[in-house]
Amino acid sequence: MSRDISRRSILAAFPLAALSVSALTACGGGTSSASGGPSSPVSQADIDSAMKKDTKLTFWTWVPDIQKEVDLFQAKYPAMKVEVVNVGQGGAHYQKLRAAIQAGKGAPDVVQMEFDKLPSFTLTDNLLDLTPYGIGDLKPDYPGWVWDGVTPGGKGIFGVPQDTGPMGMLYREDLFTAAGITAPKTWDEFAAAVSTYRGKNSSSMLVNWAPSSEANMLGLFWQAGGRPFSYDGTRNVKINLTGDAACKKVTSFWNDLFRSRNIGNEPDFADAWYQGLNNGKYAAWLTGAWGPVFLQGTAKSTAGKWRAAPLPQWDSSKPASGNYGGSTDAVLKSSENPIAAAMLARFVNTDDKAALTLANEQFLFPPSTKTLKNPAFADAAASFYGGQKVNQQFTDIASTVQEGFQFLPFNDYAASSYDKTMGKAIGDRSDLNAALSAWQDDLVQYAKGQGFTVAS
Amino acid sequence: MAAYALSMPFMVAFALMIAVPLVYAGYLSLFKKQLIGGVSFVGMDNYARALTDPSFLGGVGRMALFLVIQVPVMLGLSLLFALILDSGMLRLQKFIRLGVFLPYAIPSVIATLMWGYLYGKDFGPFAQLAKSLGLPAPDFLAGGNVLFSIMNIVTWGFVGYNMIVMYAALRSIPAELYEAARVDGAGEWRVAWSIKIPAIKGALLLTTIFSVIGSFQLFNEPNLLRVIAPAAIGQDYTPNMYAFQLSFVNQDANYAAAIAFLLGIVIMAVSYGVQLTTNRKEKAS
Repeated sequence: MSRDISRRSILAAFPLAALSVSALTACGGGTSSASGGPSSPVSQADIDSAMKKDTKLTFWTWVPDIQKEVDLFQAKYPAMKVEVVNVGQGGAHYQKLRAAIQAGKGAPDVVQMEFDKLPSFTLTDNLLDLTPYGIGDLKPDYPGWVWDGVTPGGKGIFGVPQDTGPMGMLYREDLFTAAGITAPKTWDEFAAAVSTYRGKNSSSMLVNWAPSSEANMLGLFWQAGGRPFSYDGTRNVKINLTGDAACKKVTSFWNDLFRSRNIGNEPDFADAWYQGLNNGKYAAWLTGAWGPVFLQGTAKSTAGKWRAAPLPQWDSSKPASGNYGGSTDAVLKSSENPIAAAMLARFVNTDDKAALTLANEQFLFPPSTKTLKNPAFADAAASFYGGQKVNQQFTDIASTVQEGFQFLPFNDYAASSYDKTMGKAIGDRSDLNAALSAWQDDLVQYAKGQGFTVAS
Repeated sequence: MAAYALSMPFMVAFALMIAVPLVYAGYLSLFKKQLIGGVSFVGMDNYARALTDPSFLGGVGRMALFLVIQVPVMLGLSLLFALILDSGMLRLQKFIRLGVFLPYAIPSVIATLMWGYLYGKDFGPFAQLAKSLGLPAPDFLAGGNVLFSIMNIVTWGFVGYNMIVMYAALRSIPAELYEAARVDGAGEWRVAWSIKIPAIKGALLLTTIFSVIGSFQLFNEPNLLRVIAPAAIGQDYTPNMYAFQLSFVNQDANYAAAIAFLLGIVIMAVSYGVQLTTNRKEKAS
């Protein structure tokens, strides 16, 4: 018996290594894609002939019902056959994309890509520069900060904006009134409101701020004028969280709030948090422009009691906001039909009808000024928000978002590094200022280890 | 020739599923790939780095602690249930046997989601109970407690599985032994201690080694609980979570391969250690 077990124990131990490794092999060696794509503009004649040729395109996206916009595209260009595939949302989507790119086959032509992920894929040279395909003529349709997002490092146009998330504040008007406060206009007022609210409510708080949410915190840095990161498209990155006065100001402000124990520090998008929004444990949520519709689906029992307002301000004479979330559609360099792929990315997001459908039926907050100003979008009254024109409110906010914010070309790592430094401090209510330094140091160490030249 | 032909399917599967990936992982672990600068050969550097990496060592240490506490508790419970069932003293035997085994049939992902809800500080039944008694709600997901909360989930899931293995071994003991013991005046406890447990030593060793391997490979439970306890459970909480993180977030598959290899070695060493101690004991007695 014992001999038998010794053999089994060895066999049983090996699959562990084999298992972990078989998952890894997908990300092993791999070849970098050929540097496809023309450098001079593609002529309208080339585009016309490409769009008349029978072509199959694959489109990876997790936008629900995107088939609606794709159908419009196929109706306009009958030679196009688009296969829409949802390979998973967020992390799973990018892991599969990386695996397909490394494997050299199976990657889509067009892919949904969040703004903060774009630089990680331009870094590895996987995205097609859309400049030769005439996408540059769209520039005037977008606020500067949106265009920043698809032109990381200024080295080309690597996506067509799909939706954005300029930040505002959603709050329960009834609970605010009961506590004798109004929507705070400045962060000082916000801090005062937090403690007033807490003083009148023993079991609820004005707001919750989740530990694992780098993107949300970057939105606040952005609003305050923080520009901690940059990447020049080659090997130079700037990481300057601790030297940036705005980042330090925001961190120290929230440090005081967490230490006072007057705000929540629960993980978001988890059961207890959903319940908290539903049952009044939290009276406000600082979130992106996609938040209003999301909340409507999550906190049904509180319909009619919510309102939307801009974020509290650092300088009320110069209203500002930051962005939290949002996507683009990008074309992979490996696509065999770059013209058709670029046209698909362009059409689903910018065709008048498609763009309006995305905004009004799929509730993606539109990036383009044209859609934002379209009365069919802007004038909609939301009964969940007591009839307030919430779209109009966030359209106003979108015009206050400032330009010049950049993400690191390894944002996945930056977010996970945030979790173990800043996120941990938020969860433990320990020193957030020290955590900002720890985050800075960890990012610098990683960047150097990956061969970047790091400036601060 | 027939022997080779018959073992071919196994050999092919073994080569494809185990040998080739293993060799490839070993090969990968000798390289380093940077986002800027590409791939370079680094020899044993990844291994040297792992041996001083607090994330890896911390994870292994945490799993060792897990093992030392959770495995004896779980196997003790399994043995107790198996002996009770085998003694035939219970009514509704089949029902109870199925009941203890049932958690094993629930996928660990579902089990963890369920326990995550039960552990909840606001709406979990334990918290509600504590509140109704006027006590503070227990925080099962706080830094110091979460390891024990995970132990509980794993124990709940695997007691039944190990019980069945032991119970099957117990059923194969010849009944004459019991008769002889009864004639000599042995009671139920005495029979259990002097006949049953020694007779199923093989099954006990088997379940111990499987549990050792399972402990070091822990992934699903902590990875899912991380969503609701991100401050208490880091991405490097267990060695497998760390390898996953390295590969898919840090984009460092080479170092992850080295970690996986080292973990395999740790598991083999511990399993072998367990076996060696039991063999020694046998010789000594």
